This record gives sequence, structure tokens and C-alpha cells, in this order.
Amino acid sequence: MTARHRRALRGAALLGVASLALSACSGSTDAGGGSGDAEAVDTASVLEEGGEITVWAWEPTLEDVVADFEAENPNVTVNLENVGTGNDQYTALQNAIAAGDGVPDVAQIEYYAVPQFAIAENLTDLGPLGAGELDGTFTTGPWTSVQSGDGIYGLPMDSGPMALFYNQDVFDEVGVDVPTTWDEYLEAARAIHEADPNAYIANDTGDAGFTTSMIWQAGGRPYQVDGTEMTIDFTDEGTTRFTEVWQQLIDEELLAPVSSWSDEWYQGLGDGSIATLTIGAWMPANLESGVPQAAGQWRVAEMPQWESGAHDTAENGGSSLAVPAASENAELAYAFVEYANAGDGVQTRVDGGAFPATTAELESEEFQAKEFEYFGGQQVNEVLAESAANVVEGWQYVPFQVYANSIFNDTVGQAYVSGTTLDEGLAAWQESLVAYGDEQGFTVNE
Amino acid sequence: MTTTSPTAAPVAAPGWRRSRRRWVGWQFIGPFMAVFALVFLAPIAYSIYLSLFRTQLVGGTSFVGFENYQQALQDPLFWEGLGRVSLFLVVQVPIMLGIALLVALALDGGRLYGKSFFRISIFMPYAVPAVVASLMWGFMYGTRFGLVGNLNDLLGTSIPNPLSPDLILAAIGNIVTWEFVGYNMLIFYSALRVVPQSLYEAAEIDGATQWQVVRAIKIPAIRGALVIATIFSIIGSFQLFNEPSILQSLAPNAITTSYTPNLYAYSLSFSGQQYNYSATVAIIMGLITMVIAYVVQLRGMRKEP
Repeated sequence: MTARHRRALRGAALLGVASLALSACSGSTDAGGGSGDAEAVDTASVLEEGGEITVWAWEPTLEDVVADFEAENPNVTVNLENVGTGNDQYTALQNAIAAGDGVPDVAQIEYYAVPQFAIAENLTDLGPLGAGELDGTFTTGPWTSVQSGDGIYGLPMDSGPMALFYNQDVFDEVGVDVPTTWDEYLEAARAIHEADPNAYIANDTGDAGFTTSMIWQAGGRPYQVDGTEMTIDFTDEGTTRFTEVWQQLIDEELLAPVSSWSDEWYQGLGDGSIATLTIGAWMPANLESGVPQAAGQWRVAEMPQWESGAHDTAENGGSSLAVPAASENAELAYAFVEYANAGDGVQTRVDGGAFPATTAELESEEFQAKEFEYFGGQQVNEVLAESAANVVEGWQYVPFQVYANSIFNDTVGQAYVSGTTLDEGLAAWQESLVAYGDEQGFTVNE
Repeated sequence: MTTTSPTAAPVAAPGWRRSRRRWVGWQFIGPFMAVFALVFLAPIAYSIYLSLFRTQLVGGTSFVGFENYQQALQDPLFWEGLGRVSLFLVVQVPIMLGIALLVALALDGGRLYGKSFFRISIFMPYAVPAVVASLMWGFMYGTRFGLVGNLNDLLGTSIPNPLSPDLILAAIGNIVTWEFVGYNMLIFYSALRVVPQSLYEAAEIDGATQWQVVRAIKIPAIRGALVIATIFSIIGSFQLFNEPSILQSLAPNAITTSYTPNLYAYSLSFSGQQYNYSATVAIIMGLITMVIAYVVQLRGMRKEP
């Protein structure tokens, strides 16, 4: 998840640990500004000197970036390793950090997870290495998300304003319109499943990132963080708006019981048995590489709305590249990160279908006008950039969101396999999070 | 000269010899002690040390004495996990050891054709790493694209989903049984091979049936092996981790992060960064396992002739 609360929180000076997650852009400039010039000179010699760095990332477009980077800097070897997506990678990273061995030099970390690693002082402050000079390079949401207190703990790689990805062939076959509201979505779900009992409008087995993003779009604000004080409340209006519709999809068994990123999932996206994905703007690259057999069938539309005529969206995923504190080659690692996320690598990744977090690329006409062959020639980025501008403000995550998401299936996930309702599941999640927050020294719901 | 040495020797010798003896002893035991301390004692000591502290995201590390233990003993998630592996132990271990014993007796009976073929093929799954075995079974359990799904399509049946919350423990039990029948069979079989042939001859002269031979000679003779296999299985059950951990990605809602005590300790440590509490859970689990294994050993060995 990216961009917690964009403009709304800009300038909000938050105290204590949680400020790591939330602090505004202004704080970081002085941290890195001064030393940046000196280091900038070093970067060239660091690259000249060369060395070997290990990068843990699951972003597919990085492969080309690594190849280009190595070609430009013959003395540098970059080992790109995919150790898992999201939580799997954080577990591996946490594991390596705790063991003090095998820690990569660069790690892909989603925005929602940055604070948790920053709080534990597991990441290098990139400000002094040159990131302090990058103000204005990235869009506000992602850029605030990688800052904590006075530090910059990663460079934004992509952002994930949500959109509705759908399989046009399935909708044509069934003869329903692409939904523009969630009520229409529910109707379409029924129609698709009725036409083919093996086809579903979407897959869902309980995904913390998706659920929180949906609540975000619906206007819910379950997490409110202010310094070390926070409230966690999954009973507000926005949350129940979401659970009402989604509970019906679950009860009527209109969601494929397939976990995202599994082999079955890719198969389902390819053979039309999973008809839509409501997901972040970084998805096109994943579709192209993971579901080549469905080329030409997928399209992108605005996320369905809670009120007809509205244009609200939320962020889903999006990640940064960070340099773990345990890296022994932080300067070289930073040189790579800057190349990939603020240098020539950005264009390479955009060409590969990634959705950038850099203002220059997002606003460029070339970017917005690009026709995607995979999407039947649709100018996908136009829809996605539009979504980026319509993200609802004011959302926050808790500074232990990685942990929170890891126990999502223990609690909310039960709604997908038993008689528990989503509301009951969310209440159980809330209870666990409050207990954890208290235990970790935060003041929760008081 | 000759007269002085006898007088000097008795005085010097005892002290000299004693100190030398002590030194030699340490020289022999030293390397072992060093490795033993480093590999066995240090991690346990470190875990105990860890379990006495608490590290918070806000507030840092503080000494809390036995508070973690107090918390763990009242932690419903821990007890649920322990209950689950206990149920697993009570149901799965007898089934697995029963099958292993039957197979070992059949192989030992000498009436089986292709004995070595059966021996090797039943033992084979043990050579498959647990992670691979779990993945393999996980795919077979799939109701959409897996073997279960194919069977349902082919026969028009509706085999219930083995990865659903109600059946997942049985599904794990099936994997573990598949993996370890061969291993236990081998323990039993090798114990059976050393039973003196003369006992069988005597039984034959007395006109004993095969069943009587099994009951009166074979099973008592391998009692020690049975106890050992049981203890291994108890430890294995309490440490259940690989199979649920792998299947978790296929059945995220059926296998919670506290499904077994070991999985709970893992999640506490790596998702929740609660290293201290995780160490506490691990220590308590180790103690419980030790006590139960010890009781079984005492009980099992008691009537041995």
C-alpha cells in the first residue's frame, strides 16, 4: 500500500515513533541536503570502483534495469533475487536482519511496510547519500511514504492508484456492462457466475492489502495514528459500506476461492475464470509477464464507485527500494536505487509496463498516450494517471502494518471459510491489533 | 645422589601427578566441551536469557523476569496450538506406527515376493524432503486443478476439500504418515532381524501359529524399538512445522499463524518481532515435550525383562 494520506498530512508534524511513518516532506531536505553534494561525486567513483550487490525484489521490470545498469557499469555485479512477494519477503528480510547474515543490499519494500522497518532502525537513511536532493522528483504520496522523521528510508519505485482491470471477452460473452458502481459489480458477479459456474468476477481468499484499500476508497478510516497514540476502529461508516457488499459476494459464493499470486490465480486470469481485478496501477507489467496467454483480452477502467457519479480511488500496494542498514555496500546500493527509481531505470521500467512514482514520467504526454498492445491498444496510463489524481485523502496505516497484515487471515480470513461474518472478522482483527499495539508500548483506543 | 631422589620423589610426585592428570583430562574433554557448550548450551542459555526480556517498538528493551512465561501460560493461542498437536499425536502416531509395524512384520515374515522392492519403495518417501512432500501433496489436494479436483470431475463425486479448516489437520496427518511410515518400518524391521532364529524354531516345535509367534516373540522382542519410535514421533508431532507452514500459502484461512506451537513461535518472531515472547513459547514447548517423552520412556521401559 502506498501513499498513506497524501496532502492531508503534509506538514503535519507527528511526534515520536509513528512520525517515522508519517512525517512530511519538509523534514528530510535538511537531513540530506548538505552532504548530498559531497556524496554525489563519490557515486561516480563508487560505480567506477564497482563491486557486487544483492537485490531482493519481485518487481518484474527490474530485470531489464539490472541488465542496463550492469552494461553501463561493467565493474558492478547485481544479483537480483526474488525471495517472495510482500509478506514472504519481509519475513525473509526480518529473518536475515535478526540473524545478521545474508541481508541484501537493496530490498523492495511496500510503502505500508516502510515504517515498521524504519522504526526498528533496519534501514539506511538515504538522505546523506544523495536522496536529500530528490525533493520534487516523486509524486507527493509515495515520497512522504518513504520518509520517517528526518530520514529518507527508500526511493519510491512505483505507486498503486487502483483501477478495475477486467477481461473484456468474459463481459462480451456474458453480455453485461463493465460495472461502474459496486452495486453493478455485485450484479455482474451474479451474471458471470450464473453463465459459467466455474467463472467468477474476482478471486478473494482474504487479502489484507485489498481489504484495507477497499475500506480506504469507501471512506473508512479505521486507523488513526498520532504519534504513539492511535485508534483502531473497524465499525465506521466506510468500513461497513464495504463489508455490506462484500459479505454478499462471499455468502453467494461469487468469489473464486483462489489466493492471489498462486499458480491457480495466474491460470484463472488467463482462462477467463477470474474476470476482474481491482488492484493497483502496477498490475499491467505483472499481467503481461504472468498471463501472456490472455494478451488482448484485458482492459482497464475506473474503479467501481460507492456512489454513482463519484470518482474516488485508493492506493493499493506500490513499493520502494530501500537499503537495509546491514548492507556493507550502502553507497553502491544507493547508486543502483537512484539509477532504478530516479535515473534512466525509470524509463526502462515504464517501457516494461510499470507505473512510475516520478512526476516527470507521470505527467508526460508520451506516458499517457502510450498504447498497450496487451490491452488491445488501450491508453491504459491515462486511466491510471487519472486514478492517481483521485485518491481519497486522509488514510493512515498503523506503524506495525506488516504484523497486522500477517494475522489478517487468522481473523478476517475466517469469514471466507466459516460462518463468521466480515464484520466479526474485522472486530477480531481489531482486538488482536489493539492488544499488540498496547504490548508494543503504543496507546491504543484510549 | 641415589639416596636423595627417593626422599624427594614422594614429596613432589603426588602434586605433580595430580596436576598433570587434571590437565590431560581436560585436554581430552576440551574439544568436546567447547563444541558442546557452543552448539548445545549457548543457544539454550541465550533463549532463556531472551525470554526474560521484552522489546517494544515504543520503549525499547526492558527486563521483565518471568512475565513472558506468565503470559504464555495464559495465552489461548498457545494452548489451542498445543491442543491441536496433541490431537494430532493421539490420532496420527498410532496409525503411522501401526502401519509401519504391519509392513515390518510382513517384510520379516518371509512370505512376501519382491521383498526388497517393497522395502525400498515404502522407505522412499522418507528420502523426499518434507517441504517438497508438502508442496506435492498440497497440489494434489487442490479441488480446482489438483488431483482431488480431477477425481471430482472424472467420477462426478464431491470429495470434500482437504484444505478446508475442518479437514486440514487430517490432510497434514496424511502427509506425515506418508513421509514417516518407511522410516519407522525400517526401525522395526531392523529390530526384527536380530531376533534369534532359535526362538522361531522352538515355537515351531511347540506348534505355535504365526499369530502366536508375532504376539509372543516378535512384538516383545522389538519393544525397545517401539518405544524409541514412539518417542521420536511424539517429538515430531510437537514440533510440527514444515507441513502446515508450506500448506499455509494454499490454505491461508485454514492454517492460522498460531496453528502449531512451533508455527506460533515462528510467526511471533518473524512477523511480530516478538523475539522474547517467541523464545518463551519455544522453551515452554521444549519442556513439555521433554516431560512427555520422558514419561513415555519410563512407562515403556518399565516391564522390559
